[in-house]
Amino acid sequence: MNEIILIVGGGIAGLEAAGKLLQLGYTPIIVEKGDRLGGNVARWHRLFPDMTPASEVVDPLIENAKGANIFLNTEISFINRLKDKYNVMLSSGISIICRYILLTTGFELFDARKKEEYGYGIYDQVITNSDLEAWFNTGADPRVGKVHDGGAVGFVHCVGSRDEKALNPQCSKVCCITAIKQAIEMKERYPDLQVYCFYMDLRLFGKKYEDFYAKAQKDYGIRFIRGRVSEVCENIEGKVIIKAEDTLSGKPVRVTLDLLVLMAGMKCNQDGAKIGNMIYLPIDTDGFLQSKDNISRINTSPTRGFYYAGACTGPKTVPETLAEARAAALEIHTDIINSRK
Amino acid sequence: MIYQGKQKIWQDYQKEIPDDHWFYVRSCIRQNFFPGSERMFLEICRNRLGKDFYETEHHTTCGGIAYHCDTLPQETAMTIVARQFALMTEAGYKNYVASCITSFGNYSEIMETWREFPELETRIREMLWKACRKEFQVPEHLAHSSDLIYKFRNQIAEKAEFHLVNKETGEPLRVVEHIGCHYAKMFPSKGIGGAEYPYVLAGMIESWGGEVIDYPERRHCCGYGFRQYHVKANRGYSLSNTYKKFESMEPYKPDMIITNCPGCPYFLDRWQYVIAETEGKTYGQNGFGIPVLTYEEVAGLVLGYDPWDLGLQLHQVAVEPLLDKIGIEYRPEDKYKGLNKKDILRPGLPEHMKCF
Amino acid sequence: MSIFGFKISPSSAINLSELDTRRWDELCRKAPDARRCMACGSCSATCPAAQFSGMSLRKVLLDLQRGREKEAYRMMSNCMLCGKCLMVCPRGINTRELILKISQIYKEEDR
Repeated sequence: MNEIILIVGGGIAGLEAAGKLLQLGYTPIIVEKGDRLGGNVARWHRLFPDMTPASEVVDPLIENAKGANIFLNTEISFINRLKDKYNVMLSSGISIICRYILLTTGFELFDARKKEEYGYGIYDQVITNSDLEAWFNTGADPRVGKVHDGGAVGFVHCVGSRDEKALNPQCSKVCCITAIKQAIEMKERYPDLQVYCFYMDLRLFGKKYEDFYAKAQKDYGIRFIRGRVSEVCENIEGKVIIKAEDTLSGKPVRVTLDLLVLMAGMKCNQDGAKIGNMIYLPIDTDGFLQSKDNISRINTSPTRGFYYAGACTGPKTVPETLAEARAAALEIHTDIINSRK
Repeated sequence: MIYQGKQKIWQDYQKEIPDDHWFYVRSCIRQNFFPGSERMFLEICRNRLGKDFYETEHHTTCGGIAYHCDTLPQETAMTIVARQFALMTEAGYKNYVASCITSFGNYSEIMETWREFPELETRIREMLWKACRKEFQVPEHLAHSSDLIYKFRNQIAEKAEFHLVNKETGEPLRVVEHIGCHYAKMFPSKGIGGAEYPYVLAGMIESWGGEVIDYPERRHCCGYGFRQYHVKANRGYSLSNTYKKFESMEPYKPDMIITNCPGCPYFLDRWQYVIAETEGKTYGQNGFGIPVLTYEEVAGLVLGYDPWDLGLQLHQVAVEPLLDKIGIEYRPEDKYKGLNKKDILRPGLPEHMKCF
Repeated sequence: MSIFGFKISPSSAINLSELDTRRWDELCRKAPDARRCMACGSCSATCPAAQFSGMSLRKVLLDLQRGREKEAYRMMSNCMLCGKCLMVCPRGINTRELILKISQIYKEEDR
C-alpha cells in the first residue's frame, strides 16, 4: 500500500488531498514553492458567506496533512518520464520516483497594473482585494488607514476578468461575492462609510450567496451600480475620482472616493502552467490546465498518472476546491487499486 | 501619485526612433494657428542639431480631417497617404515624420490596416498608379515630430539658455501636458509612454526643468473633436469639453500648458477667451489666461529664440506673464510688428481676459 | 457678454459624491425594502399604468438614488396602487408600502 503520491502545491487543495491520501494509507509528498502552507486562502482574513475566519479552514487542513512529507521553499526542476513512472527532480536536489502526481498549483491573482486606466501602482488610494485582506489581517496599510467614517470606498468588480484584451476572458467566479464580503467587512468597521460596488453582472451562484447580497443591500446599505469603471484619476487632495456609466439610468456617473479596491481576478498559476509544460499537459483556451473533460473528468489530465485538483483548472471556491481534492484522492486510489488487479 | 509606477509604464512603451534622415510633412492647419512651430522644428533639427530633415512643397493634406469628419472614404485617404509615401520614396527616405497628430494617427492606422489586409495595400497601389503613375514604399519608421523633440530633449537641454523655472522663486514651473487623442489612443504601443500616461511631453518638461501636473481630466479630449467643432450646432460640446478640463486643472494653478497636436493648443487657447467672455472666468493669475504653447515653441523659448519670431503674438492668451516668470526678455513694442518690423496693426482686446 | 451662438452645456453626468441623500436615507429607515430592489424590471413589465404613462417603480427607485427626485415623484403620480407589482416582485418587496412612503417623504416640500 505504500505508494508515493507527489502533490505539487501546498494550498488547501494539496493539503486536503494529502490528508485523505494519508487516511487511505498512502505516502503523500507535498512540494511547496513558498515558505508556508495554505496558499492563497491562508492570506485571506474571513471567508464568504458565513464570515468564517480563513484560519479555521486552513489550520485543520494543515493538521490533517501533518503525516505527509512536506518540502517547503522547493520547486520542481524537471520531470522525466520513465517506463511506467516519473522521475521528478526538486530544486533541493532530491529526486522522487513515483507513478502518481497531483497538481494543486492553483491560481495567481491577475496583476492589476495591467489595467493601466485603473492606476494601481500609480494612484496612492487604489488597492487590490488581496491588499485589503492583508489589511484586515494586519491593520497595517497607510492607504486603507485614510478611510474614515463618513467617507466613501468603491469596489470594482471584474478587474482582469471577462476581459479579452487583458487575455483573461473567463469569469473569475468568486470576485462578486468577495467584493460583497469585503464591502460588509468595511461597513462593520465604519458604519457610516458610503460603499459602492461597480459591477457588470452580479454572479452570485453559490450557497447562501444571494442571501449575502440581499443583506449587503438591506442591512448594510451598500450601493450597487451596474457599470464597469472606465477610468480612475487622482484629485489634488489625493482622493480618487472614478468614471463609469450607470447603465441602468444610461448616464455617466462620477464619484470621489477615499479608497478604491480592485477585485483582481484569477489566472492560472504560471508556475503550475510551467510544470504542465514539462510533460506537455495541454493548456485550455482560458489559460488554465485542461482536464480530460470539463464535466465528468475535471480531476483527470489527458496524461497517465497526472491529476488535478482546485483552481489549476479554473477559478474555484474553497468548498469546490476541497471537494475536488477529495475526489482526486479517491480517483488516484481507484486507479492504484485497478492497477493492482 | 507614485512616480515609480509611472516610470515602470514608461519603460514598457518605448519605440525605436532613428537618429537622422527624416522625410518631414507639415500639418494643414498648424501653419495658420501657430506659424512659428513647424519652422522652429526644422530650425532645431537641421541647424541646431545638424540633422537631415527633408521636406517637399509637393505634399498635400493626409485627408485626416475629412476622414474623421466622415466626408471621405478610407480608400481615398489611403490613396492620398500612398502618394505622400511615394514622395518620400522618390526623395530616397525611409523614415517618415508627421507634424500633425491626426496625420500620425491616420498613417499608423493605414499602415496597420495594410499589414493586416495586404490585398488592400495592393489595391491602393493600383489606384495610385492609375491616378498619378507613382509607386511607393511603406516607411520603415513612422514618428510624430514630438517623438523627435522628445528624443532630442536632452541635447536641447544642454544648449538651453532658459529653463522652465520661475526666475524669482527658483521653483520649477507647473506645467500641464496635453496629448492629442490620435497620438496613442488608437495604438498605445506607437506612443512614447503609452496612452494612459504618455511620456512624450512629460519627458520634455522634466528635461527642461518644469514640473508635470497630473490633474483629474488630464486624459480628456481638448474639445476640438472634429465633428463637435466643425458642425456649428455641436460647437457647445467642444467648448464644454475644454471648460471641463480647465475646471479640473484650476486648483493646481498651472503656469502653462504644452501640447503636441494641431487642434489642442488652438482650442485650449481660444476657448479660454470664449469662457472668459461668456462666464467671466479666467484661469491664470491676475485675470490672465493660462498660456498654451506647442512643444516646438517651448523648445524655441528654451533655446533662446525671440518670442515674436516664434509667433507667440498669435496666441489669444497673453504669453508675457510666462516670459516674465522664466526671465525671457522681449520687446513689447515689437509684438505686433510684421517682417522687417513692418506695422501690421493691433488686434482688438477681449473684455474679460487680460491681454496685451 | 458676447454672444457666440453656442454655450457651455451642462454635464449630464451624475456625481454620486454630491447627491443629497437625506430623503433616501429616511425612506430606507421607514421602508428598508427600498434598498432590496435588484432592478429586475418585473414590476415595470406588469404595471398597467406603464404603457400609457411610462410609470416604472424600478425607475422611480433608481432615480431617487441618482438625485432625480422630482422626476421620480412625478412618475410616481401615475401609480394606480393596483398592487400588481406587489404580486410579481421576486424579492417580496412590499411595493404598496414603498409607494405610500415615497409619497409621504418626497411630498413634504411640495416637489
